[in-house]
Amino acid sequence: MDMTGEQRIAAPKQVVWDALNSEEALRASIPGCEEVEKKSDTEFTARVRLSVGPVKARFAGEVTLSDIDAPNGYTLSGQGTGGVAGFGKGEAQVKLTEDGEETVISYTAHATVGGKLAQIGQRLIDSTAKKLAGQFFANFSDYLDERGASTGGGSGA
Amino acid sequence: MIGGGRYSDDFNFEGQVHLAFLRSPYAHGRITGIDIDAAKAAPGVLGVFTGQDMEADNVGRFETDIPLTELDGTEIFKTRRPALPTDKVRLAGEPVAVVVAETAHQARDAMELIDLQVEELPAVVTSLQAVAEGAAAVHDEKPDNCALHWENDTPDAYDAAAAKAHKIVKIELINNRVMPVPMEPKCCIAQVDDETGRMTVYAPFQGGRRVQGAVADFLFGGDGDMVRHISDNTGGGFGTRSKVYPEIIAICYAAKKLGRTVKWLGDRSETMVSDYHGRDQVNRAELAFDENAKILGYRLETLTNIGAWVTENGARLAIDGGGRILGGCYDIPVLYYSCRNMMTNTVSTDTYRGAGRPEANYIVERLMEKAARELGIDSKELRRRNFITTFPYTTQMGMKVDCGDFAACMDIALKEADWNNFEARKKESAARGKLRGFGLASFVEGAGGRPEELMRVRFEEDGSVNIYCGTFSHGQGHATVYSQILSDKLGIPFDSINLIQGDTDTAPAGASGTYGSRSSQMGGVAILRASDIIIEKGKKIAGHLLQAEADEVAFEDGNFKAREGSVTMQEVARAAHDPARLPDGLEPGLDETYHYKRPGGRTDQSFPNGCHICEVEVDPETGSVELLAYSAADDCGTVLNPLIVHGQVHGGVAQGIGQALTENLVYDEETGQLLTGSFMDYAMPRAKDLSDIKAEFNPIPSTNNELGVKGAGEAGCCGAPPAFVNAVLNALEPLGVKHLDMPLTPNNIWHAIHGAKNEGGPA
Repeated sequence: MDMTGEQRIAAPKQVVWDALNSEEALRASIPGCEEVEKKSDTEFTARVRLSVGPVKARFAGEVTLSDIDAPNGYTLSGQGTGGVAGFGKGEAQVKLTEDGEETVISYTAHATVGGKLAQIGQRLIDSTAKKLAGQFFANFSDYLDERGASTGGGSGA
Repeated sequence: MIGGGRYSDDFNFEGQVHLAFLRSPYAHGRITGIDIDAAKAAPGVLGVFTGQDMEADNVGRFETDIPLTELDGTEIFKTRRPALPTDKVRLAGEPVAVVVAETAHQARDAMELIDLQVEELPAVVTSLQAVAEGAAAVHDEKPDNCALHWENDTPDAYDAAAAKAHKIVKIELINNRVMPVPMEPKCCIAQVDDETGRMTVYAPFQGGRRVQGAVADFLFGGDGDMVRHISDNTGGGFGTRSKVYPEIIAICYAAKKLGRTVKWLGDRSETMVSDYHGRDQVNRAELAFDENAKILGYRLETLTNIGAWVTENGARLAIDGGGRILGGCYDIPVLYYSCRNMMTNTVSTDTYRGAGRPEANYIVERLMEKAARELGIDSKELRRRNFITTFPYTTQMGMKVDCGDFAACMDIALKEADWNNFEARKKESAARGKLRGFGLASFVEGAGGRPEELMRVRFEEDGSVNIYCGTFSHGQGHATVYSQILSDKLGIPFDSINLIQGDTDTAPAGASGTYGSRSSQMGGVAILRASDIIIEKGKKIAGHLLQAEADEVAFEDGNFKAREGSVTMQEVARAAHDPARLPDGLEPGLDETYHYKRPGGRTDQSFPNGCHICEVEVDPETGSVELLAYSAADDCGTVLNPLIVHGQVHGGVAQGIGQALTENLVYDEETGQLLTGSFMDYAMPRAKDLSDIKAEFNPIPSTNNELGVKGAGEAGCCGAPPAFVNAVLNALEPLGVKHLDMPLTPNNIWHAIHGAKNEGGPA
């Protein structure tokens, strides 16, 4: 599965960057997230409940950050296993670009899945991934709004 | 429909417990750990077993036993597959551990608690990947992934013939991988007798003693008496249910270990990810013709994807199976055949209805159609010029084709298909914006399988007659046909005959089973011969009753006749059970087993053949194809029961059209994950995909058995794919489409149409 996208966040680049590296922000933003733990500056672990079509499972995974160019971007690589539901792994290049008071996050991702996820869910992977990405950024914007970090007309202040 | 069937899952036993398999989600990787502690502690769990447990208990393995060698004498690469692997996982879906629990749900829940740790390795998925330089090795001991590179000869003779050729026609074809998909999923129950330790295994199967033999070998030190296998009904065989799978061994192991009755019913996706698949070849073929369009030689290079393990037949399907009839119905004076059997991180491919012969016929029939275009000769005429007409004919692969009349089959099929008025129908289609096509395929296949079979015919005291057999009817109507043979031969009422099958306790020792379209030609003949012995014994009894010498008694129409009077078969059978009415020294009863050995052995099979014709209509806007008419002319030798043989033809045709039109098994080429793992993605043919099927017979009795039968079960899937694809190519000829690979989905056809347009074809 390959996915590319762009998301405009109404916050300055440094704020966005900090949030992308914060346990709390990620926990609030990742759909179905039960737990995020920052093991080091470049390692996170997470537990996430996900469903892909008929396959529902709790995935445990690790994410490693590399090519870090704060606050301009990094490469995320990770993998997660969901028991008999199968596994997923992938890599994403994330880039932050300042546009006035806003920040554009652009990303290119490549992921593969295995087990039941692939056998039954493959045709739903693309649409599920798009949906999850959409939810993530919606949650992420809300999170920044709630903390008044947003430059937009959100609920902050 | 009265609901009287008993499939394996219909058997339930007091105290039975349930099993679940943990399957590898990875296509290829090294097993670094399997943590089963949490699963063992889960509610209801009675046992968790891995490959290491089985190895510690010295459970046997599936050993490659194929006597084929390469030209230089190199033996086939032999794999030793354990039921559950210990070192590596080699395909996604491979079972790696079992959990037994009080309920099926508990077993599944506990199975999810097993922590399988795998260090993933790159997966080799297609035969083309496997053969490429630098590909990962499925088995470390065989880095080139080629289990066997078989050749019939060096290419020299072909090259010499080709050097003199007027024209050489070449083609490259992919024979798509398909799933056999029996309606009944995998299922197995293993039960251990508390007192004797004897095991009874219930599992759907195509008869014979393979399950009994494997379970005995792997778990009982080869003692077949310790194992009984029962398959009361089997919901679809197609070759895939003639195989002993690792699951059966693991279940029997768990049952033996726990001393409990262990039951497992696989779900559909488990069945799809573990049943052996069919076909999957890449072929490069060429025919050399002289100036009269006569074939001078045939060259074929096959890459076949046999999956991760060298199973019972995978690596010989294209050689012993398809090789039987490699050049189809045509006189091939020189052959070069190279077949590389490539191992990949996928499920094994093994026998699937036709087992090599549909592939072989597909290649040569596509090639003949292409040759006709390139030579500028009508394809029917090109076939006629090259048909084998002198029999017996020994093929380049050493098979002796005893009889046939390929031109007659073609004539019958052309008449059935109303060829003479095709142009008018084509115009009518064109008026509606549709492209009509007409395609035919002449084919021959080799049927009979193992050249031995045993049948037992026994008159019971109540007057009924039981046929005890190892062949197995899972929809082929053996009870009808065997009873017909016996009733005709002995003149006893059809209704008094029962078929006793699917139980190794009652099948004659050494009985083989049902596959390779063999039951009537092997089992049927054994019944005839057993009846002969019964008649001979009956003459002695009748002579005693009629006060005549046995050699003065004649048997005719169910009656034993002497000079003075006659007695019926049933009267003789009754007397046979009464020692007082028997001549001295004669054993009571009429109970005979005949061990039939086909005289010519492996090369002297029967050769069902025919000509099948498809008429199709393609919508050039959408690329969708409609099958309008199907006309079959089959020579399956003597037809014992037309209704049943029609059914066989229809079934084979439907499966062949399935492969040609909708079915395609897809693995992700990067990860080795099965992507068509449910019926959402694996497209079975539906009733609407087929047309009416007209089937006529051109029976030329086989000379290799006294029934004259040739077998009919697999012919349909030999004829349908090439006839269908040739018809579609014929329809698309005006658009410049020259090549198609199956399945002919609208997507594939649309792309072919647009590809041809872009290449500047005569759009």
